[in-house]
Amino acid sequence: MNGQKPASVPILRLGDVLVTGLLDELDDKSAMAFLDELTERIAADAATGVLIDISRLEIIDSFVARTLSELTTTARLLGARVIVAGMRPPVAITLVELGLRLDGVETALNAEQGMAALGWFRTTVSGEGPHRDDAP
Amino acid sequence: MTATESAARERLTSALRDHDQDIADRWVRLQIEQEGLGAGIGEDELRGEADALLAALLAGLESGLPVSRVVTSHAELRGTITELSMRRARAGVTPTATSLAVLALKEVLLEVLQRATRDAEELFEAAVLINRLLDAAGVLSFDAYVSSREEIISRQSRQLLEMSTPVVRLWRHVLAVPLIGTLDTTRTQVVMESLLQAIQADEAKVAIIDITGVAAVDTSVAQHLMQTVAAVRLMGADCVISGIRPPIAQTIAQLGVDLSEILTRATLADALTEAVKITGQPALPTGDAVRR
Repeated sequence: MNGQKPASVPILRLGDVLVTGLLDELDDKSAMAFLDELTERIAADAATGVLIDISRLEIIDSFVARTLSELTTTARLLGARVIVAGMRPPVAITLVELGLRLDGVETALNAEQGMAALGWFRTTVSGEGPHRDDAP
Repeated sequence: MTATESAARERLTSALRDHDQDIADRWVRLQIEQEGLGAGIGEDELRGEADALLAALLAGLESGLPVSRVVTSHAELRGTITELSMRRARAGVTPTATSLAVLALKEVLLEVLQRATRDAEELFEAAVLINRLLDAAGVLSFDAYVSSREEIISRQSRQLLEMSTPVVRLWRHVLAVPLIGTLDTTRTQVVMESLLQAIQADEAKVAIIDITGVAAVDTSVAQHLMQTVAAVRLMGADCVISGIRPPIAQTIAQLGVDLSEILTRATLADALTEAVKITGQPALPTGDAVRR
């Protein structure tokens, strides 16, 4: 894409939702490349939802936090809703202590709940029909 | 070491060796007469302590260490004194009584020496020697007393910290933390950590923080609450604060703390109703939902 080295994380398309994630060894440069690629994919695929799994991130610095906030704003302008899923407890505590509240960024406990929040589940969350908690 | 000083030391050593039973008896009696010893330590125990301390004191004097360093450098003597005051600290004896008990030995030793010699100069030298020896012992015993008390205090506060932050599961996807006591930075961190971990483990959607047991709310407590709520939200769960008593609600309003972004309910029951609503489960669950 644009002759750039593609970001190492795959961006999957499931219907009108893009699914991707962030890895721990994310440096500023590849974060920017990832942001660019994701923005173009949102526009190209006409996505209405983006799920970013961050369960592999051990730490979120102010740069990544800002990147996530910017991405949310950008995606909203392009008509897509971003959900950040799977934040680890230590990461949440660090962010709060740094005063980075990730304003405007929607969060979900894990990828499954994030997808459900994006309306990408065959039953509603309200528990009608076969509920996912019924699984062993 | 001058000749008189070594003579005094020799005399004290022999007095300790020959009259140890007398000294121990007299010392135990003096301690019992003293007030503040409490019921924590019995006469037998005092007697055992006295025998051990006198033996250690004798060993210390015979070791040839300079008088100024006998108490601090002689391992056995030091250990005996430390143990004595730690035992008293645990039994709840007052610090005054503990150091007075050690200093009472001074009186006993002087009496014994007085009986042994009539020579004024020698007696004076011996008195100086005993003073130096037992003042050091008194200081050491006080030191040991304080440090063992501090150890007790820190252990208790650790236990309190562990005890006071249980995360309970109230409903499917609903967790609650009843907070009790004061909310400081350390407590907030412990609460936050255990709450977030429980949220992840239970896949909880709503966390209720119940502050019925929180004694008072000031700006820093409110700040800590907001931090916890923010962290819970970052995890992707919702947070409800319950149990805000009327005086506390007034305080929060007077302080101008903005809790408007946070969902609050008066009672835990209301908060639970709200939480169940948020999770999208039926408001009146069947027995099925309760069992799970």
